[in-house]
Parts: sequence; C-alpha cells; structure tokens
Amino acid sequence: MNASTVTPIGAPVRRKEDKRFITGKGRYTDDLSRPGQAHAYFLRSPYAHARIRTIDTAAAAEMPGVVGVLTGRDLAQDGLGGLICGWMINSKDGSPMRAGAHPALAVDTVRYVGDHVAVVIAETLNLAKDAAAALAVEYEVLPAVPDLAVAQAQGAAQIHEAAPNNTVFEWELGDRAAVEAAFAQAAHVTEIDIVNNRLAPNPMEPRAAIGEYDAGDEAYTLWTTSQNPHVARLVLSAFVGLAPENKLRVIAPDVGGGFGSKIFIYAEETVCAWAAKKVGRPVKWTCERGEAFLCDAHGRDHVTKGRLALDAQGKILGFQVKTIANMGAYLSTFASCVPTYLYATLLSGQYAIPAIYCEVDAVYTNTAPVDAYRGAGRPEATFLVERIVDKAARELGIDPAEMRRRNFITAFPHQTPVIMCYDAGDYAASLDKALEMADYAGFPARRAEAERRGKLRGIGLSNYIEACGIAPSAAVGSLGAGVGLWESAEVRVNPTGNVEVLTGSHSHGQGHETTFAQLVSARLGIPIDQVTVIHGDTDKVQFGMGTYGSRSGAVGMSAIVKALDKVEAKAKKIAAHILEASEGDIEFKDGRFSVAGTDRGLAFAEVALNAYVAHKFPTSEIEPGLKEGAFYDPTNFTFPAGCHVCELEVDPETGTTEIVNWIAVDDFGTVINPMIVEGQVHGGIAQGVGQALMERVAYDGEGQLVTGSYMDYQMPRAEDFPAFKVGMTETRCPSNPLGMKGCGEAGAIAAPPAVINALADALGTQDISMPATPAKVWAIAQARVTRQAAE
Amino acid sequence: MTHVSMTVNGRAVSADVEPRMLLVQFLREKLLLTGTHVGCDTSQCGACVVQVDGAAVKSCTLLAVQADGCAVLTIEGLAPSGALHPMQEAFREHHGLQCGFCTPGMIMTAMDMVARLGPDLDEATIRENLDGNLCRCTGYHNIVKAVAAGARAMAPASAAAE
Repeated sequence: MNASTVTPIGAPVRRKEDKRFITGKGRYTDDLSRPGQAHAYFLRSPYAHARIRTIDTAAAAEMPGVVGVLTGRDLAQDGLGGLICGWMINSKDGSPMRAGAHPALAVDTVRYVGDHVAVVIAETLNLAKDAAAALAVEYEVLPAVPDLAVAQAQGAAQIHEAAPNNTVFEWELGDRAAVEAAFAQAAHVTEIDIVNNRLAPNPMEPRAAIGEYDAGDEAYTLWTTSQNPHVARLVLSAFVGLAPENKLRVIAPDVGGGFGSKIFIYAEETVCAWAAKKVGRPVKWTCERGEAFLCDAHGRDHVTKGRLALDAQGKILGFQVKTIANMGAYLSTFASCVPTYLYATLLSGQYAIPAIYCEVDAVYTNTAPVDAYRGAGRPEATFLVERIVDKAARELGIDPAEMRRRNFITAFPHQTPVIMCYDAGDYAASLDKALEMADYAGFPARRAEAERRGKLRGIGLSNYIEACGIAPSAAVGSLGAGVGLWESAEVRVNPTGNVEVLTGSHSHGQGHETTFAQLVSARLGIPIDQVTVIHGDTDKVQFGMGTYGSRSGAVGMSAIVKALDKVEAKAKKIAAHILEASEGDIEFKDGRFSVAGTDRGLAFAEVALNAYVAHKFPTSEIEPGLKEGAFYDPTNFTFPAGCHVCELEVDPETGTTEIVNWIAVDDFGTVINPMIVEGQVHGGIAQGVGQALMERVAYDGEGQLVTGSYMDYQMPRAEDFPAFKVGMTETRCPSNPLGMKGCGEAGAIAAPPAVINALADALGTQDISMPATPAKVWAIAQARVTRQAAE
Repeated sequence: MTHVSMTVNGRAVSADVEPRMLLVQFLREKLLLTGTHVGCDTSQCGACVVQVDGAAVKSCTLLAVQADGCAVLTIEGLAPSGALHPMQEAFREHHGLQCGFCTPGMIMTAMDMVARLGPDLDEATIRENLDGNLCRCTGYHNIVKAVAAGARAMAPASAAAE
C-alpha cells in the first residue's frame, strides 16, 4: 500500500507523517525559535506548604542578561485570572465542589513542591537559571499533608480555605438502598482494598511553550505542547483573561506524546504568553524532566474499598465502592470528572450487575495536581472490578474465566445502574478468542513445567470496558462539563482535485495524518498522497475539542464523514449539470461521478475543477467552490471492550517477575488502519504493565517528591516485555457513521488487573499492591515458601 | 567562551561556546540540528543519541568542548542524499514510531547495535541493547521488529547473497 494508491478502510497503510520524524525533521515546540526570543526559568517552591513572606527580586534583576523577573503579584496587577477546573461536581448534599484559587504564579502561599513562585526571563536559559539563584524568597514553612489517606483527618493542615477538611466534594452515584438490599440476600461477600498508585505520565517530549506578542496587531501567539489548542485558547481567553480569542493564536505543532498530561492549561504556557507582552520579547520555556516530575499533572492515586455481593453460584448481586481520590494541591483542568463520571460510570464492567453504589471523596493534598492520564478513571474502575471479580472467583472456587462468563452482559442495549447504556458488544467472543490464543487449557502443564525450574507461573485475565467519545454534549453538560464534546472538520477540495482536511482533533503520535487521509482517500477515490491533514493551529482550524479519551476516531472522523457527505452532495449537483443529467441519477463510486446506467461520467478532479471554474452550472443555484465543514456531536458514548491475558513467571529467589506471554483481544468496532490500532494497543499495555510492576510517584512525609527522575521512577523498557499477541473481534458501534469505538486507552486500562491477577495466581495470595516491585514480590514469595515448609 | 571545531554530518563547523554547553545544546541551538532531542536530564532516555567518532553517545552527557576535533553524526546526516537509510525505512515500514520524539535516538542506537553486533540480531539481543532508550508510545514491540529488519537490510550484499 503506497502513497500513490487509493487506501481502503481496514488497510495497514504506512504512515504519511513518518518521513519527517525518521529524518530528524519533526517540528516540536522546543525545535522552534522566534527572532529575539528570551528564555524563561521558573523558580519553584522547595516546600510542600509554605507562606511566602517576601520575594526580593532586586538582585536577580541586576544579574547579567536578565530581561525580566515576574511574580504572582505582577500577574494579579495585570488582572489575569487563575487557572480553572472545567467540570463542576456537586456533592451528595447538592453543594458545588469547593475549589481553591489556582494562580499561575503563587501570590502568598505555595502548596506543593514545584509550585510556581516566580519566573526569570533572560537572554539564555543558563543566565535565567543563574539569576533565579539570586532570587531571595523568605518562606514561612507550614505543616504539609501529602498523604490522601489522612487529608480529611481532624487536625490535618488546611490547604485551601475554600475547602474545609481538604475535601473538594463528597459525591455519590447509584442506588444505596438497592445495594444494601442486595447485600442482605448475598450468599457470599467479597471485599477488597485497593491503592491505585500515582503515576507520572511521562510523554517523552517534555512540555514547552513560546509566547509572542505583536504590539502592532495587539495579538498574541502561543506555541505550546497541547493536545487541544482550541481549548487552551478558550481558557486563556475566557477565564484567564489574557486576550480575546481573535487576538490569541494557539499553535500545537508536532507534539511528542501526551497521554492526557498535555490536555491541561498549565501555569508555564500562561506565563510565557503574558510575559511576552510584559518584556516585549518572545518568551520560550522548555520543561526539564525533573520539572515534569514535579509539576506535570499526575494520574490515578485512589484509595478504594470495594464490596461485592454474590449468590452461591457466583452471580453478582450488588457492588458497593468507597473511593478517596487525590486531587493534589489544586484542581487541574479536568481533574474533577476523572474520579467521578469517568470512573464510577464504568463500575459495571462487562457484567450484568443489578445494583451499584459508589461514593467518592475528592481531597486536596500538598502534592502536584492529579488529572487525566491514559484511561482517566476507567483504568481505576477496571482495576477494581477485575480484581474483585477475580478474587471472588477464587473464594468461591470458580474458574476466573467461568466466573466472568456467568456474569457477562449478553443483550444490547444494556442500561447499567451507573448512567451508561452499553450499545453493542460481544464479551464472550473476546474472552473465547483470548483463551484460545493464550492456550488457557494448557496452562496447568506450563505451570508444572515452570515449577520444575523453580519458577512460580501465573495466568491472569482482564475483561475491560471503557467509554470513549464522551458525549452527547447536552448530556455531559448536565453532568457538569463546562464544554461540549463534539468535533469539527472541514474538507477543502482544491481546484486540481487534491484535498486538505482541517480537523479539531490533534495528533501527538496517533497517526491522524494517515488514518484521516486514508478515510478521505477511500471515500473520494483519490490517492492518499493527495490528501493533507491539517490540525493544531487555531488560525487554520476554526474550533475543535482536541484529542483525548480515544475520541478522535469515533468523534473526529465522524465529523470528517459528515463534511465528506456534504462535499459529495454538492459535487453530485455540479456533476449533474455538466453531464446534463438529473441529480438523482448521478452515482459516485471509485472516484468517479457517472450517470446511472450509462458510460458517461467525470473523475472527481474534473468535478473539483469545474466547481472552481464555475462555467457550467448556474451559480445562482449552486455556489462556486467545493469546501464543506461539519460539527459532529455523538448521540452516545462508545464502548470498546475486550479481554487481555497475562502469563508470567516469578523467580521466588529474586522477586523478579517476567511476563512470558501477553494476549490482547479487543473490540474497537470498525478499524481503519490495523497497523496503527495495534500500535496503540502495544503502547497502552506497556503503560499498564508499568503501573502494575514498576511505576509509582512517591512523596515523603513532608511532601518532598522522592521519585523526581528516571533514576528513581522506573519506566518500562524494551527488556520488560515479550512480543505482544494482538487479536480483534468486532461489533460495530451503532451510534456513529463508521462504527468506530476508539483504541487509544484500551491497553492501559486492561493491563494492570491482568498482571496483578496473574501474580495473585502465581503467588497464591490476593494481597498484592501496585507496583508489585521485586522487593514486594520477593517478600510474598518467601513467606509462601516458609508457609509451605511449615505445612 | 571556548572555541570548538568539529565535523558534523561531514561538514566542518566551529563556534565559540560557553564551557558548560552540552553537545546536544550545541547541535540544537548553534547548528539548528533539532532532530536530536532532549527527553530527560539524567542521561537515561536516549532521545539525544548521536554518533561521535563512530560510537553511540548520549549527547546530553558530553560537553561540546569534549567533542572538539571529533566527527559527529546525527539523524539528519544518516541519509544525506534524501533517500532513506535502511534503518529509517525499517522504522517506517514496521511502524516503529508513534509520536516520533524518541525515534532519532532509537535509530542512532540501532545503527550502533548493528555496528557492534552485526546485522543478524535476535529479539532478546535487541531488547537488551535498547536498555538506554525509552519510548512511551510503542511498547517497544514494533521498535524491536524495526531494528531487526533494519539490521538485516544493512547486511552487505555479499553476506546477504551467501
């Protein structure tokens, strides 16, 4: 499949964007330089909680090369507002969430290590750093609360006046009475305590920003590492008050991964844009990895107690959940929806559960803000569901696969007790295929063989479900979202028949330049190299909601389909005039408009040219040109689901865990490009395994970040994995024109419980927390050996 | 300021630099060769791997002045004619990249792997030798395939014919 051919849906087309990345010609934000740019360095709080008594900038301002030293007071004097959280959550009692102020530069209090105290702007980064060392800040250190488990305790230090007991909200979902009734008649109750470990997203490209102000046009331009530049512009304009939207251009050029962490509107890009006017120079900032660990929004960080009511045959009767979710020191852009509507709404998993009740307390702590990270709430839900179901199966002596089968939802649409209405799926089909690919039946023999080698072998299942393409807009609005979650597209056909597609989605590794072009190529019957995808610039694309939550296929491409429908309809009108036929007789197939039942026709490019020449149709009826836009608002979420199987071996002497086999069977609905989809699955699995076995952001008792570099925070490496075996099943999504569901987060959602269930199987205990490091696993394995010796 | 001279991608370059300037900063900021990336500050991620006198080096670990007199090869110099190097082509063919940020370092490391270990690389060897390069997107699966295929494609024609 090469660039000069028409590329059908379902073909593994090689990526159009690769050429520039493999030749070093990518254009990431830090690769860009603006004439006359100065460099920003942020002075960050060394304390988790402190009052700022004074900041003396005089000495720093006199240092060589310094262009400006700015603090939160300067920001406040210019009337700029703080950063916002765009999703309102109401507590059980109906009261709105209690959010503390979130200034881009601290005014009088710092609330986590890394909080922004001042910015120094200088001719070079090194000179800015030198000058920052001369800034004199006097702090009054306050008691810190870095641990979410004690954040609500009496006497705990208070982080925001607005949030008594450090509690942002106490939220609930589901039917408490129905769940209590279910437990009253349960033959068996399974309980589980879970800590969902805090993670650092770690896209390999650190965040960066360049702010520029054109004093002639009185307009700002901001280049930033964003997954959603239009949302950034909206927030900076409407809430921060930097400039009206028509005077603020936001460009997200090549972005090196995001995984959620580049959705949010952070202090640094806000300050760079504002400071550019202040100092009269373009201002550039690039995050160092150590700073990224300190202040990129982290993910997960829940403490949860789950209780499952079952009958004697293992049928689930009710599910009760209590979660405390760590928000960090401030509410990040979408922090509040992650442990609520993106979490509790998925607690039914793939199972027909008659009654569910979930309570979530969101708490402030003196740690970096926590927000969406690949999966965002859905991995936390899946981990809980798949762990407790597995534990229940073992307590009841039912095979874990059989346990799942007994509880599967089998009829669709299925209304769960927690808002979601699943539209399509075949969970048994994914399970069956995964078990076959994993040779589940042959596992006992493999375990016995491993035992002869002194290894403990385990197998674990994870039947995940997620909700993607969060929508329709009115529905999410009723749940508290501050924005609509539709997507836009514009298809511009040029006179010579090639096409530019402008999309509100943003690609930062997902391959939109290929997949979206593939869709257009297939639909219009033109070679894929005649289709260019444009994204990430608010001056080019009018508006869009960006890319996160695996929404760009199901929502972004649906918008393109809608625009293509309009292009085809107009082109047919034009073709009808040229071919002197009635519009209803014009057929469009394989890139050709023809009169039904005749050999008369026109190539797509001929119609395109005629649309612009405009000689052969009445322009009083049909406007010249061929360009159509569309806004697409989905009618429902989409529900990707599947089954992952992890098989692993533990060395009881060292505690090391080796993953020896990984099976992923996913139902993503229609797949446009299986090569890209499989790549998304691979990457997700690696992140999920990272969470299960390696990764954890740790703070000490005083709120100092312990894991501040790649020497302390273990990132997954090539040697940590076998080759993955990826399979697919397919049920079309009925709510969008292509039948797509979304694939970006599946692996990260599915993987953690698959690993821990496999470890539980290998080690014969359910008491395993993430990350299951060699030290933990070794202790469990040794205790097991001791126990067996005693028996 | 200290004067440094070196050959970068076959071109003689020289400049006055601060003694504390890293080689990667020299490449990116002085020569505008921005294909070499900086992904960490502790020499772990490998996004900045280049060749110095034929050996793979993390260019964030070396001062520019230490490379004085050396021959440096970056991702931009791999295929000067405009055609893709077989290793670049293999990354494209096997979808060995997603966001592309780690890719130049991965390709330069793969080149070094072939130079050290030959063109016939098995999966375990590749995985072990990618230890100094982090990727957050691909789960390494397709990078491993790409390195194996690229290495095979780099085999001398005579060896391939044997």
